[in-house]
Amino acid sequence: MAVIDERRSLVSRPSRADSVFKTVTFLAGATTVGIMLMVGLFLSLRAGDALSVAGPSFLFEQQWSPETGVFGIGAILLGTFTIAIIAMVVAVPLALGTALLISEVVGGRLRGFLVSLVDLMAAVPSVVYGLWGLFFLQANVIPVSQWISTYFGWIPIFRVADASGDVLTDASAFTSSAFIAGIVVGLMVVPTQTSIMREAFSQAPVGEREAALALGSTRWGMIREVVLPFGRGGIIGGTMLGLGRALGETIAVYMIISPIFTINWQVLKTGTNSVSALIALRYGEASEFGLSALMAAGLVLFVITLIVNFTASSIVARSRSGAESG
Amino acid sequence: MTVIDESRRASDGDIALFDEAEITPRTNTPENGDTIVGTRRVLRRATLDERFNIVGALVAAIALATLLFGWFTPMTGVVGWAVVAFVSFIGFYSLLVSLRSDGQEVRDRIMTVLLVSSGVVLFSALIFVVAYTLVRAKDALPHLNFFTQTMELAGPLDPLSMGGIVHAIIGTLIQISIALAITIPLGITTAVFLNEIGGRFARFVRTISDAMTALPSIVAGLFVYAAIVQLITHQRSGFAAAMAITVMMLPIVIRASDVVLRLVPGNLREASYALGTTRWRTVWHVVLPTARSGLVTAVILGTARGIGETSPVLLTSGITAVTNLNPFSGPMISLPLQVFDFVKSPEPSMIARGFGTAAVLLLLVVLLFAVARVIGGRGPGHLSDRQRRRVAAASSADLERMADARAAAPPSRALAAEPATSAPPRPAHAADSAPDSDPTSEPENLPKEPSQ
Repeated sequence: MAVIDERRSLVSRPSRADSVFKTVTFLAGATTVGIMLMVGLFLSLRAGDALSVAGPSFLFEQQWSPETGVFGIGAILLGTFTIAIIAMVVAVPLALGTALLISEVVGGRLRGFLVSLVDLMAAVPSVVYGLWGLFFLQANVIPVSQWISTYFGWIPIFRVADASGDVLTDASAFTSSAFIAGIVVGLMVVPTQTSIMREAFSQAPVGEREAALALGSTRWGMIREVVLPFGRGGIIGGTMLGLGRALGETIAVYMIISPIFTINWQVLKTGTNSVSALIALRYGEASEFGLSALMAAGLVLFVITLIVNFTASSIVARSRSGAESG
Repeated sequence: MTVIDESRRASDGDIALFDEAEITPRTNTPENGDTIVGTRRVLRRATLDERFNIVGALVAAIALATLLFGWFTPMTGVVGWAVVAFVSFIGFYSLLVSLRSDGQEVRDRIMTVLLVSSGVVLFSALIFVVAYTLVRAKDALPHLNFFTQTMELAGPLDPLSMGGIVHAIIGTLIQISIALAITIPLGITTAVFLNEIGGRFARFVRTISDAMTALPSIVAGLFVYAAIVQLITHQRSGFAAAMAITVMMLPIVIRASDVVLRLVPGNLREASYALGTTRWRTVWHVVLPTARSGLVTAVILGTARGIGETSPVLLTSGITAVTNLNPFSGPMISLPLQVFDFVKSPEPSMIARGFGTAAVLLLLVVLLFAVARVIGGRGPGHLSDRQRRRVAAASSADLERMADARAAAPPSRALAAEPATSAPPRPAHAADSAPDSDPTSEPENLPKEPSQ
């Protein structure tokens, strides 16, 4: 009784509205990629002039005078990393502790409030942190710097001495240092790190937590054996994402530091520099070639933050995919 | 009319489920019988012993630190006092706990104290940063002229009763509006492309936009300065600043919208496709409305970030003391740049203006954030009571309309005319025989969808 028709083609032909929709969204995606590739290409092209003049010494030279052809970011790159590492030393313990506090210790309404507070803090403009660092922290952290340099001066990086090796104790030798800038940048990146770590910790499987508690573990024992191993990817990833932000931070650093172009290993001593502060400082007076040199510096910074961010997000993603099997 | 009532109850899953829940609850407490039930004990309250440990250790630590500072040793300074007090608090506390407990317990207590204190340090530092700005701003903010005048006629030595930041407020609004006019359509359409179209190119787009979140803001500013200011417009302008903000905001908005769209439950899309809608209609009538609150949140958070960006604007917008309404010509200052410009001056009145401007900026960001929280507090699919009632009313109106149409025309025609947004209509008898067979009609199922 059933009449068997010819076999129907299962391939659907999109309607006109659909093909328009598909084209429009595709174009939006292509525009986004276009803008972003343009930034990368433009930077690379313009940076090419300066890089071809400076060659590999661009990464090691300690001067910045593109007009005479002698320029490089040796000291500046080191300063950038110094500030970022100090920021990490300040930020990571605070972020780790606070993330564990929010995900493990407090509960209920307080947890929601603290989560919102952390998110809000991540949105506070960097110029506000800069103001605080410049007008409040600068004056109040100098005694701490002096104390560290007095008692830990035997460690080379904490030593504060002038060119002839005499130890300085005057307060003016401690202003505008990488230490102060690092503390401010550290506070700026803590919220970002905290929220990534907290998210990773809160995904630790309930079954394993309860198993640890049921075996008689204390809360800290449970955290150490279940939450921390599970959230390791989140800890590393969050730290690195914060590091990426710290490396690129401009305004707060620019407001605090006093720029120098020689390598300064003494983190407590006045004077340091960072790539972004260099750009903000020199772009206005730059000639065509000087701008190209700044582009090269910016490109190096971008490549570094790119590597840091991609490593971070792949670590976070890997830890999450492992989580699904648990 | 009884047919309509029947079908309304069955197809409106929300109401139907609620009614059933009242008749036969899913969980129930067993009868106690003769067992005597005492008053309920609070399980998480600290015992007197534990509370004494904390308070005692705190008092001892403060006393010890005060004794050391000023009486016994020549140590000075507030920071040193706090550090000594904290370290001795940890010592005293572990001593007190170890009197009654074993090593495991002591370690647990100490770690809890460390976690709490790191939270206290962090939050008090962050709140202090904000409060410091607001307190220092109290000199400038009470002057009404601060919000109505520009800095055109006010020099660095003029008192705070002259001059204001209205030009910076206007500049910020114009720049962020231009940036949003580009970012919202482009960002959300790109996010839709990533989620609804997919494919190899979409993965490439996602990678690139993730890479772009790593772009340091100063490099974005430098790009716009070299590409637009130097090559095209030959002057700094509000438009160039807006472009720099766009380059910074676009990846943030794409990423946040992407996450939100991914949370839209797949069964809603499938229900829409099963009704025979096109892709475009599914996106427009199902996906975007479901994710609306999340998308608004994504955009607002991106705006909050964009408003506060200083370094790209520093290179591109130029500094001016007068109101400039034309974004395409002449410098146009914005709030963060105005803060930066004010505090470069050594004059106390200019620094007070700088803090005032920073406070205005901060309040703007907090306001945006609060609005985002209110709108985006719920995930996709979660409705407020009012929205729930509105959806229920709309779907029962649809049903009545359908019943009228069914009475007038053959049933198949009436079904085909149904819009895709409402709950999928079902014949009443099918729903009666298997009330739990269709999970799409239960709103309670939506949040449990696995999210990536």
